Amino acid sequence: MRKVAIVGIGQTPVREHWGTNLRDLAVSALRDAMEDAGVENLDGITVGNMLSGAMSEQEHLGALVADYAGLDGVEGMKIEAACGSGAAAIRMAVKAVASGLMDTVGVVGVEKLTEFSANNVTEALATAADADYETTMGLSFVGINALLMKRYLYEFKFNKNDFSIFPINAHKNACYNPNAMFRYPITLDEYAKAKIVADPINILDSSPVADGAAAVIVVAQENVSQYKGKPVSILACEVGTDTVALDNRENPLWLKGAERSAKKAYHVSGLSPKDINFYEVHDAFSIISVLSMEASGFTEMGTAIRFAEKNGIDIKGKFPMSTCGGLKGRGHPVGATGVYQVVEAAQQIRETVAKEIQVERNKIAMAQNIGGSGATVITTILKKIV
Amino acid sequence: MDIPRYWRLKSQRYRLQGRRCTDCGSLSFPPRQVCMKCKSRNSEPYEFKGKGKLYSYTTIYQSPDRFEQIIPYVVALVDLEEGVRITAQLTDYFPEQLEIGMDLEMVIRQIYEDGPRGPILYGYKFRPILCPGIES
Ligand SMILES: [Zn+2]
Repeated sequence: MRKVAIVGIGQTPVREHWGTNLRDLAVSALRDAMEDAGVENLDGITVGNMLSGAMSEQEHLGALVADYAGLDGVEGMKIEAACGSGAAAIRMAVKAVASGLMDTVGVVGVEKLTEFSANNVTEALATAADADYETTMGLSFVGINALLMKRYLYEFKFNKNDFSIFPINAHKNACYNPNAMFRYPITLDEYAKAKIVADPINILDSSPVADGAAAVIVVAQENVSQYKGKPVSILACEVGTDTVALDNRENPLWLKGAERSAKKAYHVSGLSPKDINFYEVHDAFSIISVLSMEASGFTEMGTAIRFAEKNGIDIKGKFPMSTCGGLKGRGHPVGATGVYQVVEAAQQIRETVAKEIQVERNKIAMAQNIGGSGATVITTILKKIV
Repeated sequence: MDIPRYWRLKSQRYRLQGRRCTDCGSLSFPPRQVCMKCKSRNSEPYEFKGKGKLYSYTTIYQSPDRFEQIIPYVVALVDLEEGVRITAQLTDYFPEQLEIGMDLEMVIRQIYEDGPRGPILYGYKFRPILCPGIES
């Protein structure tokens, strides 16, 4: 297997893009990444997206994006793994390049959700769960996460306000990311008074659905000198899985998919959790930050909040998280999110983020993208090339 | 939801029918073709008794369209006596009565109406046990 690297990145701001359509968001990010890499053509593209069919009445998205990106004759397929679609698309590109089948692959994650009603989007996002046995019981996607948070509060006796450390940190970092959707800080008081969406999850525990596209160009590490963009090594991009329905898991508070995916990523990179300098966590909800940190081996079960308080997860802390705002502050353009995470980690390694959010220890980054309630989890480890 | 799909699920919705693996005895709900434990494809129908304990629950304030008329409502994870956990709405309770670990029993209730002209769909919900100690 060949080692792989990223030589180009691109992203649109995460916004309510009412004036831009799905294909143009994708094309902008992809062509930006190609320009950054200094490539005119690609061997193939993968498109990470969850809901183009359900919301924009558009499937066959791989072909459409290739067509409009001016990539005549280049193969493109959509990769779907719910909220994990973005990193799943990166995983497919990594497989193609590592195996030697392709040399230069473009990955673009794209999603467009904000022009539809909240109820429509709620219904569409719930399709990540088991349609016959979870969704038809009236369970929303927020509801699934609320079941986890309620049980976590019960088992480990936390005060709900203890969870505020994650969204407060995410919003603080998002202030300095021009591409983030929520560039304003939030306070503990606002968190404590925030409107409940599905008890105990409130609006400030929840990442906002958004529109956006992000892209990376994946190549063989042995060839990086042929490209213009500053290379960042992909040490691992590994998938772990679990049952789709939450109720089928022995212990729902242990994200086995995250554990499997992180363990594989540590194994192939030869690293351990303590080697990770900063972490782009899938903070779709505060509870998921907690469960992800625990299952990925950063801290024991039931201790993620104490770990965050003790070590510090802000930019100056020992373990910076959500450094460009995370899903909570940057926004959660569902199928694009996993690519945004990797783009931002690459920006940290390239030292191109605003100085206020530049982490000092930036050699090894980990990003984790979680599909549904954890049935598909992709952990990516990036390394600075020195 | 389309009518054939709901019709296919009737044994599950009305009778909590899952599967019992005839090779290793493990139970599944929803029914699975392949046993999660031993991977055998040999199984027989198994009806769960519908008694269980509350594992976790949430009150939903923002829902998909078809549930909007019943907001707020409670969805729960219920640990059935037989050792299988399922997802269901709670019904016939006082909010202050709900606590993790409480005993619950299954009842058949309307789940939702599929639009003004669509069918009314029924299925299992769980409620606090009405008469503890009495088998119903
Ligand atoms: Zn078996």
